Amino acid sequence: MIDISESVMQFLLAFIVVVPLIGALAALLPAPPGLKGKSPEQAVLRHGVTITGAVLVAAVVLALGFDHDHPSKMQATTDISWIPALDVRIHLGIDGISLPLLVLTALLTFLCALYSYFKLPAGPSPKGFVALLLVLESGTLATFAVLDLLLFFLAFEMVLIPMYFLIARWGGEGRTRAAWRFILFTLLGSVVMLLGLLLIGLKAGTFDMVALATDNGRSLTTSVQVIAVLAIGVGLAVKTPMWPLHSWLPDAHTAAPTVGSVLLAGVLLKMGTYGFVRILLPVAPEGFHTFAPYLAAFAVVGIIYGSLACLALAKRGAKGDLKRLIAYSSVGHMGFVLLGIATTTPTGVNGALFANIAHGLITGLLFFLVGALKDRTGTTDLDTLSEETGAALYGKAPRLGGLLAFAAVASLGLPGLAGFWGEMLAMFGAFKPAADLSRPAFLTFMAIAAFGTLLTAAYMLVVVRRVCMGAVPQKAPSLADVQTYELAAWTPLVVLTVVAGLWPRALLGLTDPAVQQLLAGGTR
Amino acid sequence: MSSLVQSVDWLAIAPPTITAVVGLVVLVADLFVDERRRALLGWVSIAGLAAATLLLLPLSDGDRATFCLTGDPRLCSYTVDRFTLVIQLLVLLGALLAALLSVTALKDARKGVPEGEFWFLLLSSAAGAALLPASRDLATLVVALEVASLPAFALVGIRHGDRKSSEAALKFFLSSVTATAVTLMGISFVYASTGTLYLLRIADRIQHVDGQLHTLAQAGVVLTLVGFAFKTAAVPFHFWVPDTYVGAPLPVAAYLSVVGKAVGFSGLILVTVVALPSYSDAWGPALAALAALTMTVGNVGALRQQATRAYSAVRLLAWSSVGQAGYLLVPIAAAAYSRDAQKSIGSTVAYALMYGAVNLGAFAVAALVGRARTLNRITDYRGLYASHPLAALLLAFFLLCLAGLPPGIIGLFAKVTVFSAAVDAGLGWLAVVMAVNVVIALFYYLQWTALLFRAPEGEPEKQRVPAPLTAAIALTAVLGIALSGAPQLVLRFSATALF
Repeated sequence: MIDISESVMQFLLAFIVVVPLIGALAALLPAPPGLKGKSPEQAVLRHGVTITGAVLVAAVVLALGFDHDHPSKMQATTDISWIPALDVRIHLGIDGISLPLLVLTALLTFLCALYSYFKLPAGPSPKGFVALLLVLESGTLATFAVLDLLLFFLAFEMVLIPMYFLIARWGGEGRTRAAWRFILFTLLGSVVMLLGLLLIGLKAGTFDMVALATDNGRSLTTSVQVIAVLAIGVGLAVKTPMWPLHSWLPDAHTAAPTVGSVLLAGVLLKMGTYGFVRILLPVAPEGFHTFAPYLAAFAVVGIIYGSLACLALAKRGAKGDLKRLIAYSSVGHMGFVLLGIATTTPTGVNGALFANIAHGLITGLLFFLVGALKDRTGTTDLDTLSEETGAALYGKAPRLGGLLAFAAVASLGLPGLAGFWGEMLAMFGAFKPAADLSRPAFLTFMAIAAFGTLLTAAYMLVVVRRVCMGAVPQKAPSLADVQTYELAAWTPLVVLTVVAGLWPRALLGLTDPAVQQLLAGGTR
Repeated sequence: MSSLVQSVDWLAIAPPTITAVVGLVVLVADLFVDERRRALLGWVSIAGLAAATLLLLPLSDGDRATFCLTGDPRLCSYTVDRFTLVIQLLVLLGALLAALLSVTALKDARKGVPEGEFWFLLLSSAAGAALLPASRDLATLVVALEVASLPAFALVGIRHGDRKSSEAALKFFLSSVTATAVTLMGISFVYASTGTLYLLRIADRIQHVDGQLHTLAQAGVVLTLVGFAFKTAAVPFHFWVPDTYVGAPLPVAAYLSVVGKAVGFSGLILVTVVALPSYSDAWGPALAALAALTMTVGNVGALRQQATRAYSAVRLLAWSSVGQAGYLLVPIAAAAYSRDAQKSIGSTVAYALMYGAVNLGAFAVAALVGRARTLNRITDYRGLYASHPLAALLLAFFLLCLAGLPPGIIGLFAKVTVFSAAVDAGLGWLAVVMAVNVVIALFYYLQWTALLFRAPEGEPEKQRVPAPLTAAIALTAVLGIALSGAPQLVLRFSATALF
């Protein structure tokens, strides 16, 4: 949109990966004179807002400077040798697939930092909190920006330690166990993934993603591709998470602090699906096609399973936890993303990428809202909240109730909001999958997925009814309505949800050419 | 008659020689130095080790060899090539760091340990360990192995009147002597079938061994490996490790965990890759099985440690070092299968350098904690961040390096080279076993790391950290962090020829 010279773009991309890391180190040091603020806590939280803000600005400038006429071209690329012995290069670059995720990450992290500035998370000193948040941001941004398999792995692993500590130190009930499950599941997956990445790198003779994508699997035999896709797929599927490897997610979400949940759902899960699109689709197409029907089958099982679990949790007397419910709904939503990827058609993959972003926005918002609800009422247990008739949020705190209803409706995929397009396109892709995939199987999957959307609508509406509606008792304790800082943190998400719903072209125009090229293999 | 006299390249043999000479000087000086000045001995030893390390610099310009056969100058007993230099660097730096830890430990022991003898033994053992990678005939190799091991037994049992210490020493001694005896028998078999002790000539001749002697040669190959496998603490020769580490003074345990292992695996490399490449179908599968067993037993053993048991921190480090020995063996086993054996060996060397730096770092922090809490339980590390924030952060970094997780980037990439050596050689199953082990190891390393940052029980006690200990921790930290920023510094060995 605006013309920015290539070297500035390179600098900006390196900036957004490196600055959070430096900021994390700086957060651990005492504040310099002049920046001490009212108290050390306030100073360090403000530091977090400043750094993430700077990164967000850089990401937005990067998006503006991005050549929107050629989104399939890698832009702002840096390529320097780092470890010649292993042929690892610091290769950074963005295209239409990674740019939206990059901006989403920068935005969500900034909003989280802003939210924490006003609403200090309960737990030990905020110093560590801010440092971990920044390391997390750097890791996720690096995952989306690097173009080298081993660097991708490094970035993929980098987020584990900070997320572990965010859950284990600032989390709620059952946090130690949840944090362990989170880290063990993901580690198990990622070690297997490392073997797959090495297999590809050693057999193809390079770890460079661009070179590998251009090669499009031609230098890998089918058996190597099959083994590699299986190994890498397992690692990515744990992160995504795909049913039946999802069981760490509900615990982690329930125990994590609000900010942790937002980032976990909004950003971390995307690293898994991004890996599918960026690595498996172009690098090992034959191997991926072998597994695509299975992936789709697991995906639709996940959709149905997630929805049924949510329905069970939303039932009266089930002692369902709202955070757990949203976590299970994530399993369902990520099922749509995986289904879209499994079709290996441009339509399906575009839908998957769209659903990815939409899920980040909407579920991020949902976790913010539920967190706010917990701050006010002290619980996220649906039964305790709604008592006999319902929690009557519309009556007690109308704006909060309205926002919750908005997020729930967006999550169930109402046309006109962001949740709609991705899931529709994913099913559309399943209607006509790639030529060598079994069409009847995918038609079945599509039908099941469509049934899943009905179930999603059902439980979301149950939640809205139980939380937002109901009679306001006479002596009800008043609930604070939406505060200014909350409004500031949530408005961008609401606005983007509406914009993406009404103007999907803004996103699809970016992803489509890049997806076309990835699927065709190499430079078109 | 001058042709029978071998010429000696003094510069080439300087590093082990200086170490040994300084050891003798310290032993003699101990008789004349007055009680209050005993600390001086330690500093002399450290200076000696530093000088020996610095003398590696002028050697780095090219290969040298000395003690060569006057008839055939290609056959030498002592060779300085890149392999020798790298292992000598590891050994001497490891000994130097162990010496830094010892200064504080000896001071804290307050005459419980005879200082002169301690330094003499440490330096002699280091001299033997530095000699070993340079030796190119089986006799020198065994002599070096013994020079490195014998003082180590005494070091383990050096604490006067400590029953546990003497028991550990006896256990270590008996099992080690058995292993050495077996090795000697293997060497005699190899000698019987080839008629030479020079590694290069063995490599030539063993291919044309008389059919009748074939079994003898094969048995000799396997038996020779036993002694080195013992030093590396490979399963089933590992059972001495936990008790020995707990019984020995902590710096000695640190020394054994790095220098002892370096002795073992460099010996293994010399015997397998240099002397017996044609028998790779005999030692390849054996080492692969040994590696898989070693890492599994070591990691499961570490996993089973109870955090509240006395000395559980040292025990955990001991078991984890057994597990790490398993990873070190993987590329050596892979060398049997790969087209480029030297590249595989390089992965072991690179991994050993990483392991040496961070494992000594972990031991250094353990020594720091052990000063205040002599039981050195893992639970004693709870809340270390509150009392010693920097030490806690560094221990976390070292443990994550050992685990192979960011921010321990060097640990991660060192594991990647080992993995790639295995995958490259077609040992997929070994790579998978290793992957499972890496996850098991992550579990206990992370548990320990997480404990460092928990809220402390009671008031955190601040104490001054003695200068030598600070120096050791700082040195390992600088090494670890520098390597994490530029992994190429050690990983380049996995891409070039070492011999």
